[in-house]
Order: sequence, then structure tokens, then C-alpha cells
Amino acid sequence: MTTPEAALTTYKQKLANNRLGLWLFILSDSFVFAALLVTRFYLLGDKRPHLEQELGLIVTSVLLISSFFANRAEVQISKGNRKGFLTSILITMLLGIGFLVGVVGFEWRLAPFGPADGPEGAVFFMMTGMHAFHVLTGVIFLFIVFRNGLKGHYSPEKHWAVEAAANYWHFVDVVWIFFYPALYLIGSL
Amino acid sequence: MKGIFSYGILRGLIGQAIGWAAGIGLVTGIRALMGLAYKAEPAWVVGAALGIIGFLIGIGAFRDWFAWAKGEETPDPEEIHEEPGVKRYFGYSLDHKVIGVQYAFLSLFLLVVGGSFALIFRVELVQTGMQWVTLNFFNTLIGMHGMTLIVSILMGISAMSNYAVPLLIGARDMAFPRLNAFSFWLAVPASLVLVSAIFTGGFDTGWTGYPPLSIRAPMGMQMFFVAVFFAGWSSILGALNLIVTILRMRAAGMKMFRMPIFAWATLATSIIALTATQLIGTSFQMVSFERLFGMGFFNAAQGGNPILFQHLFWFYSHPAVYIFVLPGLGIISELLPVFVRKPLFGYKWVAMSSLGIALVGFLVWAHHMFTSGMEEYLRVPFMYSTLLVAVPTGIKFFSWVATMWMGRIRFQVPMLFLIGAIIVFLMGGLSGPPLGTVSTNLHMHDSYFVVGHFHATMFGGFIFPLFAAIYYWYPKVTGRKMNDLLGKIHFYLLTPGFLIMSFGQMQVGLLGMRRRIADYDPAQGFETAHLIITIAGFMVAFSVLIFLINLFVSAKRGEVVTENVWQSRSPEWTVLPTPAPMHNYPQPIRVVGDPYDYGLKGARYVEVLPQQAGD
Repeated sequence: MTTPEAALTTYKQKLANNRLGLWLFILSDSFVFAALLVTRFYLLGDKRPHLEQELGLIVTSVLLISSFFANRAEVQISKGNRKGFLTSILITMLLGIGFLVGVVGFEWRLAPFGPADGPEGAVFFMMTGMHAFHVLTGVIFLFIVFRNGLKGHYSPEKHWAVEAAANYWHFVDVVWIFFYPALYLIGSL
Repeated sequence: MKGIFSYGILRGLIGQAIGWAAGIGLVTGIRALMGLAYKAEPAWVVGAALGIIGFLIGIGAFRDWFAWAKGEETPDPEEIHEEPGVKRYFGYSLDHKVIGVQYAFLSLFLLVVGGSFALIFRVELVQTGMQWVTLNFFNTLIGMHGMTLIVSILMGISAMSNYAVPLLIGARDMAFPRLNAFSFWLAVPASLVLVSAIFTGGFDTGWTGYPPLSIRAPMGMQMFFVAVFFAGWSSILGALNLIVTILRMRAAGMKMFRMPIFAWATLATSIIALTATQLIGTSFQMVSFERLFGMGFFNAAQGGNPILFQHLFWFYSHPAVYIFVLPGLGIISELLPVFVRKPLFGYKWVAMSSLGIALVGFLVWAHHMFTSGMEEYLRVPFMYSTLLVAVPTGIKFFSWVATMWMGRIRFQVPMLFLIGAIIVFLMGGLSGPPLGTVSTNLHMHDSYFVVGHFHATMFGGFIFPLFAAIYYWYPKVTGRKMNDLLGKIHFYLLTPGFLIMSFGQMQVGLLGMRRRIADYDPAQGFETAHLIITIAGFMVAFSVLIFLINLFVSAKRGEVVTENVWQSRSPEWTVLPTPAPMHNYPQPIRVVGDPYDYGLKGARYVEVLPQQAGD
């Protein structure tokens, strides 16, 4: 039989393994986005695709604000405030869906080119598509955390899933911080 | 699950067939709703991808993760007791030793498949003119030979590192046992998709898949892309697991600089595999999308640039060769002291040289592109960074020679393969600088000299050490030793056979034989040389056949071994019984000395801690 202290030590060791594993995954995944950034500057150089500036600003703001709520969810659960945690997760998720609607639902339709129309189309749809795929997986991850949170699964001591979902969400957000200027701001039309 | 369906692999294969059919049906259905006719390529791409996921669901690789998503608890891997027996090897197992053996089987299976492809086209090359294969089939075979063996090598290094690393560092298991099983079972359906490329039209690009040719190639190209994408994920997740295991799961007292060299080599290799592999996945995905959606990344007519592909592709595919050889070089450094009975010379330098090769390896990719038409000012910097790789590699050679110097060498079968590895890798290494130097590269690019160089590095850096490792750890897996006589026949056929083949390839390359062509001009006068290369290739194949017979026969009839058969100091031999039990190290161990102090009086390495009270 293991004592509660021994069980907590084991949990802490596993938590440290999990943290390192997640960071390594993020490091690995960031090479995909780095490759796409290289592609954008290699093919388009100092030209940028013709995009809706206001829409870009709105979706970027939405995603940045969602990261704030992701962090708040993690803080609330570590303080033991279950209600605040659930509300924050829900808001993060909704803002993430809002971002997806803005990019895939509007920007993809409003763009004056399709994926087969030259390097602008290829670069734009590949970059936003790959990022949107990651946002989608993040939303699914948040939904799983939300649902398990409703069942009362997380405690101030043990909430690795919340931490992982939040960190993954921040990573997806940081990627957009690089992608937004690369697509919307840098270069001339 | 009863009867034949208790074999996980069978459920997986059924799942793959269902997933594949569902993917084809899904795409065809959606296209029908949009009023479009059936088109094979998108349907088969989605089918292949869903088939792989179907396999993983069938075998149960997602079961625990789905349970977590539903908020259910699953038992800790350490408390799971799997039924002992052969059946464990045919299904989902969380034991790193079982997974290591599974990797080895997949690796050897692909080695046989990929090697057979080579034998087919080697026979074609014996004479000028086309004898018995079509041009498209020849081209498909060379590409398949390349990629099948690359996947085989990735599986082989995973086999060695999965089996040996947790044992060497005194860990109970890998850091993430479920992820470990997932990584392995991801590679199985991916390998099947890869082989399916032959039956879906083949492809004519060789293993590099350069656009614009790969944009026009038959549909087999897409199966190749899907297979490499998923095999790449298998490699990435395996590397992630190994890094966490090495950094966090070491036995008490094992500081970084008391780690076995093989753990250092695995760490270095995993850093490359974790990061650079994403680039080949992304670049192949981009070509795949270019074919499916017309996205013009690499098509100059649409404003794209094919040289971009080569940059992205080689950013992985050059470091990949260090992924392939670093574990093998680690095996040489790891096992040499056991058979020489002397400490490893320059431990810290050897440990750091693996990391050095890994880091320099990231900066050399464009030496594959000297003739591609890239910016000329990139040539000289990449030449210097390429030649720099020789420095850490040279450290390893000096260490091996100095370790063997004045040693009491025991010429047992694993040791023979270590010596073979050092000689063959030296040949591969020395033929490298002429290719890395711009002025000579411009003449030898795309010739058979490259083929000879590459095969020498792969055999010296991977195949020979892999055989050494299998002969060495075989008793730990089965409790029996492999037959010595057959092992020696294997070695004495393989080594001369391989050297003749490799030198022959280098020679016809210097005479002007281009790689990847099915036919050549009889006036060039190297038909005899090609005949000798082909005969030597069959010698290599025959020696591997003897090895495989030895592998299977010894499992039943080999000499029974119970103790430390090689007099190794490593904990898996000194602490654990042979064959190894299901869970490593039932009692915790502590490292109190350096790993390679063979022949030093009073040197200690590991000691078993007394059982903790109340545990």
C-alpha cells in the first residue's frame, strides 16, 4: 500500500514529466509554423496578400483576449474557485469559435483569390488553414476540460488537463502573433 | 475478445480496411452531393489517412485516452500485468521491452522488403537495355527501396533505444508508456500505406519526391506522402518520449555524465527527430495539397518555386542521416568496452560529440543543393559547415581506436560486428568530404559515387551496429544465445560482400554512372562492374537470410543463458535476471560509479538499494 504522501510525490513526478513532454511537443509543432513562415517570405518576399484589415484586427483581438481568459481559468482552479474556472473556460472556448468563424467563415470567403490562384492564395490558405486546425483542436481540448470540470474532476492540487489546455491555447495564440503581421502587415500590396 | 480476435494486430488490420473504405466513401459521397464525379486521388488520400486512424482504434491505442476525455480513470501502467507469452508481441502492450522487440520485427520486415526491391533492380542493371522491368516499375522500386529502408532504419533505432535506454538508465519504463505503444502502432499501418504505393500506380521521383516531377507523378506518390507523414509522427512522438525518459527517469545517482553513451546518443538523435522531422512532413503535405487543391507552392508556372521544396525537405533529410547513424555510433561506444575489457577512452568527449554532430547537422542541409540553382553565395558556407561534421565524428573514431589499443579483445560475434561497423563507417566517412566540397561535388553530384558513400555510412552507422546490438541483447529477450557459427558466417559474408558492393558503386560513379537510371550506354564499359556489384548485393542478402534463420531457430534451440553472458557492468545484466522480467528493477538501484571502468580494481557502478519498508 502506498501512503498519501508517496502518492502525491509520484503525482508530482508525473506532472513534471507531463510538463516537459508538452513543452517538447510545442517545440516540435513550432517547426511546422516556422516552415510556413519561411515559405511565406520565400515565395512572397515583401509583398503581402490583399486581405480585410478590419477583420484581421478583430480576429486577432478576439484570440488575444481569449488567451487572457485561458490564463484566468487556470488561476481560478488553482485557487479552488470552480465557478470562475468554468466561466473562464467557456468564454475562452466561445472566443476561439469566434476566431474560427472570423477566419474560415469570413476571411476565406472575402479573400479575392482562391487556394489555386498563385503563391498568395497558396500561402494564405496554408497558413490560416494550419493555424485554424490547431485552434480547432484547442477548442475540442477546452470542451473536454469544460465537460470534465462540470463533473467536478479538477482540484487546486490536481488539474494538469486544465494547465495543458491553457498552455496549448497560449501556444496557438503566440503562433498567430507571428502569423498576423506576416500576412496582414509586413510588405506592400 | 476471444479466439483469433484476441490478436490486436488483426483487429487493427480490420480497422484499417474499414477506415480506408470509409474514407473513400466519404469523399466520393461529398463529391456526389456537390455534383462532382468520382475522382480517385482525393478519395484514396483521405482513405489512407482514415485507414491509419482505423488501425489505431482497432488495436485499442486510443482506448485509454478516450477514457480520460470522458473523465474516467485508467489503471497505472505499472500495475497492469500482461499475460506472458508470444501473444503480447502481436497486440497493444505497454512494456517498453515488448515494444522494442515489436519495433525490431517491423524494422527487419521492412529491411527484407526494401532489400528485395534493390535485388530486383540490381538484376535489371547487370546488362544494358531493359530486361525484365518496365521503366515506371524500376523508378517505383528505387523510390520504394529508399523510403522503405528509411522507415526500417527509423524503426531499428527505435527498437534499440526503446529496448535498451530504460534498462541502461535504470528506469522502470518509458516516461509515457501509452504514447510509446501509440508511436509504434502508428508506424505499422503507415508502413502498409507505403507499400501500397506500388499497387496504386507507383511514382517516379525516387525517395526525395522533388517537385515538379512529384506533382505530375502517378497516384502512388500520394500514398508515399501519407505514409511518410504518419511514420514521421511516429518518429517525433517516440523522440519526445525518449527525451523525457532520459532527462527525468534516470536511476538515483546517475548524473548526466554517468549516463551510458548510448543514452547520450539517443538524446542527441531524439533532439533532431523531435524538431526536424516536422519539416519533411510539412513539405510533403504541401506537395500533396498542391496536387489536391492546385496550391502553387512549387510550380513555377503558378508563381511558386521548386527550390523552396528542396530547402524544406533537406532541412529534415540531411539531419535525418544523423538520426540514423548516431544511435549506431552510440552502440559501438557502448559495447566496445565490454569486449575490449578496458574503460571507454574520453567518455566526456564522446558524449559531447554526439550532441555536436546533432547541432552541426542542423546547419549543413544545402550541401545537397550545390547544383540545384540556389543562390551561389550559399555554397561556401554550407561547404565549411559540412566539413565541420568531420570533427566530432573524428573524436568518435579516435575514442574507438584508443579504447581498443592494448585491450584484451574478445572476438565474440557482437565484437566482430563492431569492428565491421568501424571499418565500413570509416569508408563511408572518408568518401564524404569529396561530396561536401563544392568543386568536386559539382562533378560527382547525382552519380553512383553518392550511392556508394551513402550505403557505406548507413551500413557502418546503422546496419552493423544493429546486428551487434541484436546479437548482444538477444539473450536478454529470449533467455537463449544466438548460434555463434551462423553469426560468424553472417559476418564473414556480409562484410566483404558489402565492401565490394559499396566500392563498386563508388567506382562506376566516378566513371560516370548516374543514379536512378534504369539503363546505361554499353560504350561506358561498366557492365562487368555492375555484374560484380549485383553479385555482391546478393551476398549481402544471403548473409541477412542466414541471420534471420539464426534469429528464429535460436529462439527455440539456442544455448540457454541465465547469467551475465558478456560479463557486462551494465545494470540490466548485473541486476536483472535473464530473460528480463516484465517490470524492470523491482528493487530500486543506485549508481555509485562510472559506467565503463572495465578492468579497474575496486570500481563499482550500480548497487541495489534495500527494499523500502511498507512498500
